[in-house]
Amino acid sequence: MAETVFAPWTDPEAKPLIQFKGVTKRFGDFTAIDNLTLDIYAREFFALLGPSGCGKTTMMRMLAGFETPTEGQILLNGQDIGAVPPNKRAVNMMFQSYALFPHLTVWDNIAFGLRRETRDKDAINARVEEMLRLTRLTKFAKRKPHQISGGQRQRVALARSLAKAPKLLLLDEPLGALDRKLREETQFELMDIQEKTGTTFIIVTHDQEEAMTVASRVAVMDEGRIVQVATPDVIYEAPNSVYVADFIGDVNLIPGQAAVRETAPEAAEVVAEPAPEPTPAAASDPVPDTGKEAPQPNAFGIWLHDNMLKPILGERRAQAEPLKQLPPPAPEQIKAAPVPQDVPEGGVTITWAAGKAPLIAANGDTALAGEKVVLALRPEKVSISKERPDHPNILRGKVIDIAYLGNISTYHVEIEGGTMIKAQAANTRRLSRRGITWEDDVWLGFTATAGVVLKEDA
Amino acid sequence: MRRFSWFNVTSLTLGFAFLYLPMVLLVVYSFNESRLVTVWAGFSTKWYGELLQNEEFLDAALVTLKVGLMSSTLATILGTMAAYVLVRAGRFRGRTLFSGMIYAPLVMPEVITGLSLLLLFIGIGLDRGVLTIVLAHTTFSMCYVSVVVSSRLSSFDTSLEEAALDLGASPFEAFRLVTLPIIAPAVISGWLLAFTLSLDDLVIASFTTGPSATTLPIKIFSAVRLGVSPEINALSTILIGIVTVGVISASLITKRAAVRQAREEQAAVRS
Repeated sequence: MAETVFAPWTDPEAKPLIQFKGVTKRFGDFTAIDNLTLDIYAREFFALLGPSGCGKTTMMRMLAGFETPTEGQILLNGQDIGAVPPNKRAVNMMFQSYALFPHLTVWDNIAFGLRRETRDKDAINARVEEMLRLTRLTKFAKRKPHQISGGQRQRVALARSLAKAPKLLLLDEPLGALDRKLREETQFELMDIQEKTGTTFIIVTHDQEEAMTVASRVAVMDEGRIVQVATPDVIYEAPNSVYVADFIGDVNLIPGQAAVRETAPEAAEVVAEPAPEPTPAAASDPVPDTGKEAPQPNAFGIWLHDNMLKPILGERRAQAEPLKQLPPPAPEQIKAAPVPQDVPEGGVTITWAAGKAPLIAANGDTALAGEKVVLALRPEKVSISKERPDHPNILRGKVIDIAYLGNISTYHVEIEGGTMIKAQAANTRRLSRRGITWEDDVWLGFTATAGVVLKEDA
Repeated sequence: MRRFSWFNVTSLTLGFAFLYLPMVLLVVYSFNESRLVTVWAGFSTKWYGELLQNEEFLDAALVTLKVGLMSSTLATILGTMAAYVLVRAGRFRGRTLFSGMIYAPLVMPEVITGLSLLLLFIGIGLDRGVLTIVLAHTTFSMCYVSVVVSSRLSSFDTSLEEAALDLGASPFEAFRLVTLPIIAPAVISGWLLAFTLSLDDLVIASFTTGPSATTLPIKIFSAVRLGVSPEINALSTILIGIVTVGVISASLITKRAAVRQAREEQAAVRS
């Protein structure tokens, strides 16, 4: 795409439209929002995501003016709006129940806000007609809310809240009352309208799929605090806590003990080429071209050997033995010896069960070494097969359950030690030809960067 | 399933006889030719004719109507305001006391209400007449209005008012343009209730009335003390007729509106 990516939050010069500054809201003894600081930029489609009771609706009601913060400030365009009553704010809200006025027609509902600010009939007519066209409601203009369907009501509510061209539109679970198919269509309609009007949208939802679909950024909330604010892909691929990983999508959580991954000679020997997606460290230290026939440890490997491992392992052989001369690994060690393939350097290993080979997480933060960690692994990143796969991390198990979802199947596999791991595979073949079934012994495999290493939640 | 067992039929007959036999008798005897109330002497409408000639009764009817209209309107305004505060203002200090005090006249013996009002009017030197009856009726009927209106308000979706505020309406505009039209049916039935209570009241009216203002119930009561006349029967029959027509037409209108709404909702789902 030629146009620049929309990401004002990465630009230190950009001025936020909304600023929460240390906002706390208490209802009696209950703290709904706890010292929250957040910037939201103009033209964003911002999603507040969390389970019910996490404070997301309270945040929205504070923006609309129905609640005032107990402590802290909320700024709109740099101005404190704490004391401004709801009818004086350039903020409109679309209610979860739609809150359409039952005694007024669709037309009058949309015109309600406009009539409060102007007496100019022509201007009102023009704006209402424009809104009706935008939401494709022109032929329902004369009907009352009870005479139209749920999806049409939702569009009336949207048209009514957009009619005054607010700086900020708040959407409180806007699609909760629609059935699944209509909801998906409406999500795209919402994104389309948001783009056309250029309004800043803040959507409150407990549906993570909805948040991921529509939002430019997602804030995951828990008990009045924001746990992570990031773009949907970062939230999904790089959650910053077990809570976020568990809340967004399906995930396998494998607890264990982290240790700095030792790129020991044995391991280094099998690194044939620099990784296609090298870590920054690997990129800056290219592999010295010491041998053509056999793989060689890279600079980091040599350094590691010279400084730490020499006293234990003895002098490094100048020329590594060719791979084929390695003795075939004993069955119990199969998992211990990574198969030759592109495994990036560094990271941590996770000891997840006694007597089992540790899992390799090349993207793990070495600062976590020695800590109790959790490896968060998405089911779609775990491959399942009947033959031993070609992956740095391999687990053996037995299929306990299969969830058939049409396009994909999720396999619940019990690995040695009793842990359940979910693996997903696309159903590229017809169901009757599926190779794997209940009680089958299978191999699970995933790459060294498939999972995310997270500190165990307190 | 047998819908009409002898038990069902008997209890139905007994119940309706209990409710309506006195009224049927009254209506029948209002068409009696004879002046004697308990002796049937043939069909006649002459008592209705005489009733229209009786100025005292007509005056009393006019006073009753005036009092009813004024007191029920006043009670509706005050009762709606009280209900709104009780339902909307949340838990303010003294809310329980306030609501208890609003509903207390519902169970207060009318004699006591009447007596205390009489003492008040004498105390402040207000001449007893139409005005004092209006004030007295407002006092006891506003609590009925606030009961009716607050039950409607508590099932009212607050987000409608919030939406109005959000769209730039002032709190008063939100009430006038959104809340009031929606609770209008409850307000109207509250008004009708207050009006009926006022038409019907004898005890409080007789405490607070003066020589210039005699309401219909007072008139009927004092006339009956001198002996039941067929004229009174005729008058009561007219009142029963008015009430019957009112109740039947009100229920027909409500039912027709409900049917239309259901049909339109079905049409909306299909389209």
